[in-house]
Amino acid sequence: MDIAWSAEEVAFQGEVRAFLGDKLTDDLRASGAHMTSVYADPGHARAWQAILHEKGWVAPAWPVEHGGTGWSLAQRYIWQRERIAAGAPPVSPMGVQMCGPAIIGHGSDEQKAFFLPRMLSGEHFWCQGYSETGSGSDLASLQCRAEEDGDDLIVTGQKLWSTHAHAANWGFFLVRTATLDRPQKGITFLLIDMTSPGVTVVPTVSPAGENIQNEIFLDAVRVPKANVVGAIGDGWTVAKYLLEFERGGAAYAPGLQIDLDEIKQFASEVRGDEGGRLIDDAAFADAIAQARIDVMALEIFEFRAMSDAGAGRYPHAIPSLMKIRGTELQQRITELRLLAAGRYGMAYQPQAGVSAGPVHFPHGEDAFVGPREAAIAPMRYVSERAASIYAGTNEIQRNIIAKIMGL
Amino acid sequence: MDFIFTDDQRQLRDALRGYLARNNGFSVRTATARSASGWSDSLWRGLAGDLGILGLLAPEAARGIGGNATDMMVVMEELGANLLVEPYLETAVIGASAFGAAHAAELAGIATGDLRIAFAWAEAGTRFDRLPRDTIALRTTVGWRLDGGKIVVTAAPMATHFLVTARIGDEPALFLVEAGATGISQHAFPTIDGRRAADVTLDAVAVPDGALVARGGEAIERLCDIATAMLGAEALGVMRVMLDDTIAFTKERRQFGQAIASFQVLQHRMVDMYMQLELATSAVYRAVLSLDAEPVERARAVSAMKVMVAAACRFIGQNAIQLHGGMGMTDEVAVTHYFRRATVIESEFGSADWHRRRFAALSRAA
Repeated sequence: MDIAWSAEEVAFQGEVRAFLGDKLTDDLRASGAHMTSVYADPGHARAWQAILHEKGWVAPAWPVEHGGTGWSLAQRYIWQRERIAAGAPPVSPMGVQMCGPAIIGHGSDEQKAFFLPRMLSGEHFWCQGYSETGSGSDLASLQCRAEEDGDDLIVTGQKLWSTHAHAANWGFFLVRTATLDRPQKGITFLLIDMTSPGVTVVPTVSPAGENIQNEIFLDAVRVPKANVVGAIGDGWTVAKYLLEFERGGAAYAPGLQIDLDEIKQFASEVRGDEGGRLIDDAAFADAIAQARIDVMALEIFEFRAMSDAGAGRYPHAIPSLMKIRGTELQQRITELRLLAAGRYGMAYQPQAGVSAGPVHFPHGEDAFVGPREAAIAPMRYVSERAASIYAGTNEIQRNIIAKIMGL
Repeated sequence: MDFIFTDDQRQLRDALRGYLARNNGFSVRTATARSASGWSDSLWRGLAGDLGILGLLAPEAARGIGGNATDMMVVMEELGANLLVEPYLETAVIGASAFGAAHAAELAGIATGDLRIAFAWAEAGTRFDRLPRDTIALRTTVGWRLDGGKIVVTAAPMATHFLVTARIGDEPALFLVEAGATGISQHAFPTIDGRRAADVTLDAVAVPDGALVARGGEAIERLCDIATAMLGAEALGVMRVMLDDTIAFTKERRQFGQAIASFQVLQHRMVDMYMQLELATSAVYRAVLSLDAEPVERARAVSAMKVMVAAACRFIGQNAIQLHGGMGMTDEVAVTHYFRRATVIESEFGSADWHRRRFAALSRAA
């Protein structure tokens, strides 16, 4: 055991910092640092992806032959930390982190040759079609139908919570091609051109007033069978593979550490309840300390998971534990931001930050009152409530761990 | 000891609930909140004329009803359940409590709906402290001159008058200022709960002698305690709807072949929400019934209440969203609007941390 980074890893960190310092424009940096949610706006995300594409750093987790970087898990961790610290916007996860691995693991050679390069270049911007009105936590009960018709599938149904579907030109969907004895059977993983006739995207407005999620209606959409990933009826296997692909690579602590650094900085610039700086208030300092202690423990947990994965071991409870703890701490940190914002945290001023989609509630134009951090704080607090709901609610994640524990 | 509402209070509650359901249902209220002005003149006139509740605290001599704090608690809880965006708290609670016999005309104006008041107390440099620091009142030959700035003044863009806290030397005081007075400028914005507010600057604003409404820190502390207690009553209505909606949703929503309300982990969550609401309700009763007590007892009861209510708003609000699942992250369902109001209430008139410190300081001194 060794808690320190190796000399090679420290050198890699220097290389990453030099790259970020060289390539991140002020505009891109602001788009990452001032996000009002966990999502970057598609325009900036694509602009940054083009720069990463030139460098070959779009998809660190992919195998080298498909355009990956060949980095170790530790290097990927360092990359993530430095990227967030520098304020670079995240690349949209729907393509590179979600659909990409599905194609790499289960796609045909033709699919790999066509989709993967366009995913890396950003020519294809992806969205996801999984959840339905009646199928959230119970995803396998999904009802969106796909009927075979010669070389095509005809898809009819509805999907919900599709991030950036309004900006996407491709989507990966789970559709039902058969009704069998178990709901997990008869599901097919399908790639759909979002410009196909019969596809309608309707905006969903969040409680923060932003249109990031969407509802997708599919009305007899004709999709070539060549767009099925894996076999027809074997979509559940593909979906599960996708979820497992990034094991050992995902990490919450780097972003959380930087969040806490930002809050500490902000709290040293605003007045507290005791007449001095907020950071010197005992109650606030205790709250920050507790959050830091929780993040430090999570960080070592993530290092252990990374180290285990590198050695070929990966206990199944780990992703659920990381999801629960990571999102709980993300939410806690938005509470601390809101607390630091004080009275200015009541104001609705999305214009002070960078929204990931059109804003639907009335709000001011460019000018805003109070510190920018305070204006962004309530947006993040409200948006972040989604974290314990999406990608399997934290209640479902606890069910998964309970099962693994043999309870 | 008696914690039973009177027949009159029950009738008041029923009448108000029915009126708001007919005239300010969720879609009407949301449209009002997103309109250019952000408030409804016709609803305001209805509160004054049809219901007469704008003058609830004003004496009968000033065209009011002469009601007491418990009556007002009943009203505020219903307004919370309806998510009313109009400046009722600022006008009918804070305004009516600030004015004495010397301001009978203003009290009558409140009762008739002609006055809409915004309470300008918070400053950039005072965080949650209630007493003014950087807003100064200077004596002139004809009255007073006010200079300073106030932040996030709720209802300022729709107000006819401001109640402004300012220092006369070292003595805190409260002034009545017309919203359109020369020297007042506003930077208006919406708040996250769909209301309107503004940062307000006062630059050599001249007001007459009669504009001085109250002097001394205790007068302002008392006024803020009344406002905070009634905000707590409003919070009870907000939380009650969130709990009721969550129970209804989880009974209806089916996953894995059964209503999700049948899952024990969700049942226990809703039980905890219910317990928080009951304890917050109890804290609000103590605060409201202590408003006429001597200052330390009043202040302790109000601060204790705000700590409880803030925690309950957070727990009930966050879990109402969580148990609505994805639907809890849309603007479509009412519960997300209540969640945002609850979030504002958490820190309005002081965060839980601020009130816990105040409670501790008062307890040490007592």
